[in-house]
Amino acid sequence: MQGKVWKFKDNIDTDLIIPARYLNTHEAAELAKHCMEDADPEFSKKAGKGDFIVAGENFGCGSSREHAPVAIKAAGISAVIAKSFARIFFRNSINVGLPIMEIKETDEISEGDILKVDLEKGTINDETTGKTYRAEPFPEFMKNIIDKGGLVQHVKEKL
Amino acid sequence: MPQTITQKILAAHCGKKEVYPGQFIEADCDVVLGNDITAPPAITEFEKFEIKKVFDKNKIVLVPDHFTPNKDIKSAQQVKTMREFAKKFKIKHFFELGCMGVEHALLPEQGLVYSGQLIIGADSHTCTYGALGAFSTGVGSTDMAAAMATGKIWLKVPEQMKFVFKGKLNKWVSGKDLILYTIGDIGVDGARYMSMEFTGPAISKLSMDSRLAMCNMAIEAGGKNGIIIPDAITKDYVHNHVGVGRDRPLPVYLSSDIDAQYCRVIEYDCADIEPQVSFPHLPSNAKPISKVGKVKIDQVVIGSCTNGRIEDLRVAAKVLKGKKRHPDIRLIIIPATQAIYKQAMKEGLFDIFMKAEAAISTPTCGPCLGGHMGILAEGERCVATTNRNFVGRMGHPKSEVYLSNAAVAAASAVTGHITGPGDI
Repeated sequence: MQGKVWKFKDNIDTDLIIPARYLNTHEAAELAKHCMEDADPEFSKKAGKGDFIVAGENFGCGSSREHAPVAIKAAGISAVIAKSFARIFFRNSINVGLPIMEIKETDEISEGDILKVDLEKGTINDETTGKTYRAEPFPEFMKNIIDKGGLVQHVKEKL
Repeated sequence: MPQTITQKILAAHCGKKEVYPGQFIEADCDVVLGNDITAPPAITEFEKFEIKKVFDKNKIVLVPDHFTPNKDIKSAQQVKTMREFAKKFKIKHFFELGCMGVEHALLPEQGLVYSGQLIIGADSHTCTYGALGAFSTGVGSTDMAAAMATGKIWLKVPEQMKFVFKGKLNKWVSGKDLILYTIGDIGVDGARYMSMEFTGPAISKLSMDSRLAMCNMAIEAGGKNGIIIPDAITKDYVHNHVGVGRDRPLPVYLSSDIDAQYCRVIEYDCADIEPQVSFPHLPSNAKPISKVGKVKIDQVVIGSCTNGRIEDLRVAAKVLKGKKRHPDIRLIIIPATQAIYKQAMKEGLFDIFMKAEAAISTPTCGPCLGGHMGILAEGERCVATTNRNFVGRMGHPKSEVYLSNAAVAAASAVTGHITGPGDI
């Protein structure tokens, strides 16, 4: 997958990703319209299909709202790359099938850079700078859920 | 291998003798909780399983508390979805408006959560129940859906952090101040993925309401759970709320082994801890009240799953007695449950609040997450006893929330700027 980088800082909380004033629905397309609104009001208009969010530490801290990864996914973002993720956002992303990748060098990636990402191999190529990064691999347990396309399918097969 | 209380509860719920940090387990849930924001998507996911029964209709708790009384048509639809699901699957614990309360104040009070249990909730502040010596953590809606179907949750056993609070609490200091101070020290990701065990002589003397407020905000340091080892105060609370002879397993009172392993132990001397105020826009921006300076405000909110309990209302009443809100301030007081509401009324606290010209609301999460019942306009500032002060949390993206205990909030309502209760 290939796309443009939208850059965000440390501690991007779930209220920035999708403000609670829009949580009176859980319809993905509706949530996507307000994705990242309080961090960048123009985000949903600017971000193109297949683009990436690149951020610092503790991405997705705050509430348990699954609406956050759902909004990002529905906004067309193909993966979130951060130095670290807050734990509920992390498990929600795995469960709903939003690809997330952890690398420590996100400071080296700039807004507007073009990334080429191979989720299978866990590699991130910054086509703009020519640098390559390798994301932390997922533990086997989580890989099983990801490979099934999310928690629902994973559990369904066991019921 | 010696184990902490968190490890012991996790081990007991996955049929193992011991568990280790980093290990993945599939654990049995004693309680699965959801609210009007998180349960509707969970119900959508649950329907994909195409099954006719939930794992246990007595162990699922549904509380429509966030946008209720329904704030608009869409919210009403969400609650309707919950209500119909509860009827269809004969969910025992669906709390309709009128017996509903803010979930994390309601469940302990109703005796639905207690010592030794493993509780998951599709709400990040589910970590509150650790105050009762339970393992309790927040998850998302899909996790809730899977747990409603199977009764199970996948968990990674967290590393353990220990916080030892020594000495005596200063005047007007509560559990809220201890946790804001802690988050101020370690940061909003200082306990990311970790268990936070609170202990020490000051914790032993802390009331259950204050303990619940502390564990409630473990998530604001990124923690997986907050926990306090059960003692006489816990047993007393559990005895009074869970009761005996009810149709549920007995509480299990566990403690951490003396030589249990912690990745970090932090000691605080409570003599150093004043009432705290967390400045926008992170709970970790905590300052002692003496260093706040003159910050003019527009609104005060006393309520929420952190500080809408009777202890908080009593403290607020003590400060507000015989006083009036500053003419430029809107003062909103939200008892967290019907029982707290009734108790406050019985104790005459409402008379004090009404004389102070406070608006008293039925239980709701309401303004805490910018839902309704006290939204801020552009540029407005609010002192709130809630738990988050993120950008746009209580309304306009350019409004500001300052977090404090109930005493500071009440005093600030009187003066119109952030004020310590000792200064009015």
